[in-house]
Amino acid sequence: MAGAEVIRIQDGRRADPQLCRGRTADGRPCRNRAGASGYCKRHEPGAGRAATPAPSRFEADLERALAFLRRRVTGAYAIDDFGFDPDLTENVLLPILRPLFDRWWRVEQRGLENIPASGPALLVSNHSGTLPLDALMMKLAIYEGTGRHCRLLAADLPFRLPFVGEIARKSGNTLACAEDSTRLLDAGEIVGVFPEGYKGIGKPFRERYKLQRFGRGGFVEVALRTGAPMIPVSIVGAEEIFPMIYNVKPLARLLGFPYFPVTPTFPALGLLGAIPLPSKWIIEYGEPIQTAPFTPDAALDPMFVFNLTDQVREAIQQTLYKNLMSRRSVFF
Amino acid sequence: MAKQRVLITGISRFLGGHLARRLEQDPDVGEIFGVDLEPPSVELARTEFVRADIRNPLIVKVLQATEVDTLVHAAVIATPGRAGGRAQMKEINVIGTMQLFAACQKAEKLRKVVMKSTTAVYGSDPTDPSIFPEDVGPASHPRTGYAKDAWEVENYARSFGRRRPDVGLTILRFANFIGPQIDTPLTRYFSLPVVPTALGFDPRIQLLHEDDAIEILVRATREQHPGTFNASGDGVVYLSQALRMAGKIAVPIATPFMNLLGSAVRQTGLVDFSPEQLQFLQWGRVGDVHRLKTMFGYTPRYTTTEALRDFITRSKLAKVFSEEQAEQWEKDLYDFLARLSRRRSAPDAAKV
Repeated sequence: MAGAEVIRIQDGRRADPQLCRGRTADGRPCRNRAGASGYCKRHEPGAGRAATPAPSRFEADLERALAFLRRRVTGAYAIDDFGFDPDLTENVLLPILRPLFDRWWRVEQRGLENIPASGPALLVSNHSGTLPLDALMMKLAIYEGTGRHCRLLAADLPFRLPFVGEIARKSGNTLACAEDSTRLLDAGEIVGVFPEGYKGIGKPFRERYKLQRFGRGGFVEVALRTGAPMIPVSIVGAEEIFPMIYNVKPLARLLGFPYFPVTPTFPALGLLGAIPLPSKWIIEYGEPIQTAPFTPDAALDPMFVFNLTDQVREAIQQTLYKNLMSRRSVFF
Repeated sequence: MAKQRVLITGISRFLGGHLARRLEQDPDVGEIFGVDLEPPSVELARTEFVRADIRNPLIVKVLQATEVDTLVHAAVIATPGRAGGRAQMKEINVIGTMQLFAACQKAEKLRKVVMKSTTAVYGSDPTDPSIFPEDVGPASHPRTGYAKDAWEVENYARSFGRRRPDVGLTILRFANFIGPQIDTPLTRYFSLPVVPTALGFDPRIQLLHEDDAIEILVRATREQHPGTFNASGDGVVYLSQALRMAGKIAVPIATPFMNLLGSAVRQTGLVDFSPEQLQFLQWGRVGDVHRLKTMFGYTPRYTTTEALRDFITRSKLAKVFSEEQAEQWEKDLYDFLARLSRRRSAPDAAKV
């Protein structure tokens, strides 16, 4: 919303001869009582300190933070029909992830030029790591690299959960269904999809970097119908963050989760075991696969959809192998 | 051409009454009849009030005697409190509508039926698409309360439409109404001193201003718009956001306790907390208004946020705090912290 600016209360006060004529660090009128010279003690011309010291970084940050808080408290922010709240995402949710991105996993991006600066694109990525942290990192990576927000498609489980569902929606993600993804692509958004789903993210460690079946190719149908280019994304590093050595299926069934992981540290070390390992990550965006040349009717041809799905899958798998070969070790 | 003759059910209610008042001012509308059990709450000049129960077979006689060409069915009740219990509510909503459409079948002069429905027919569920277009149904239709009634009532209307293809059927699925005058569970919810919400959930809600609701009903009655339309202002707000705009304090309650609280609150009669409303408080719902704007040809004057703001300012909600206060706090806090940091950095500067 445009009304998200700090409203400065200036008019009326300037004319008040009782108040200081100086300005505070950020250019606001000083609210202190004026002395004989028309300035307060702090802003007295010729006083030891400059009348208007340059605003420090702390002060600029403080002003931004307080303006943000006021917007949150008064509800003065806009969301889109899907519930995406850019104000919250850019100021709170993404900054929380930044240390993980920069320091913990030292995410390296390759092929950023393949992501269009505007218009729709469907990012198709491999999925791994027991918890969908690769999706969050991809979201942050796109934002850091292009300034655009990637709208992720997720299973219904996160949206059922309290807090998780709320945050997932507010950060611009939505349910993986044809209606939502079509609507987002038609609106010119970048949409991120993980066709392997639970089969990918919950696979045992020994199968790392082996792409699972790509769903039923629904994402290709949506891309064909909307004419959005498909960009294969290969994420290396996420497989090693929680190496799942065993899946306690009965417990998973009891809790209603798709799997219950046992890693070398979890649940043996309790909550400590939930700290992900600091592997080195590489996210590579491949050459876009254009769908605009095909008519939307192509989505009705199952064989064609199947072949295109395979083409995307193959592109991701090849890049995964290439980047694995070039990696010196898991952690560097 | 003969003037339009209109019969409105649910005339005692806000929308039925205001629709009649607007039609009265239109010289091309002939006689207007209002059917209800209670007299209209809005002052009407030339509308004839017929005290009748739509569940009674007598309604056939009313339809034939009045010889109307347009029927506006706005009598479906949203809250059991109004009807005197859920069983009674269902009786009025479902059996009443069934009777009404049975009577309509025999009304030969009838050319148009406008039905007031609700986006509640889509239910509230995390497994459904984020935005509902009119022709895509939810994974499962609501199984309880008002939403179920509305869905069944719509089905009666649709099957009537199939039996009488000469009658144009308009179904209006309204989002939650809001405005300074209308009284709905949502406006009462917003008037609570502290507002219970579902812990860990924040539903998206869509609102339609009462003025726009009346305008849409008038247009549907006067113009030809067969079909089903979602009707809401543009855009959505989060419930948390709406409460903050209203300056209210939300009290998040864990969902297992919500049902308990719901039945407790229901006893007081202040707010109607039914199970489907509790679902709504978790997941909300949003209808696609594209068809309303293009095919129906009306863009509501108030967006969701504007409608909410109008409600907040004109109904003079008791705010716990205001925007001005928040701005003042922001300023004071800034001045205080900036001064503090400068004082702390000053000795450091002296050392250098």
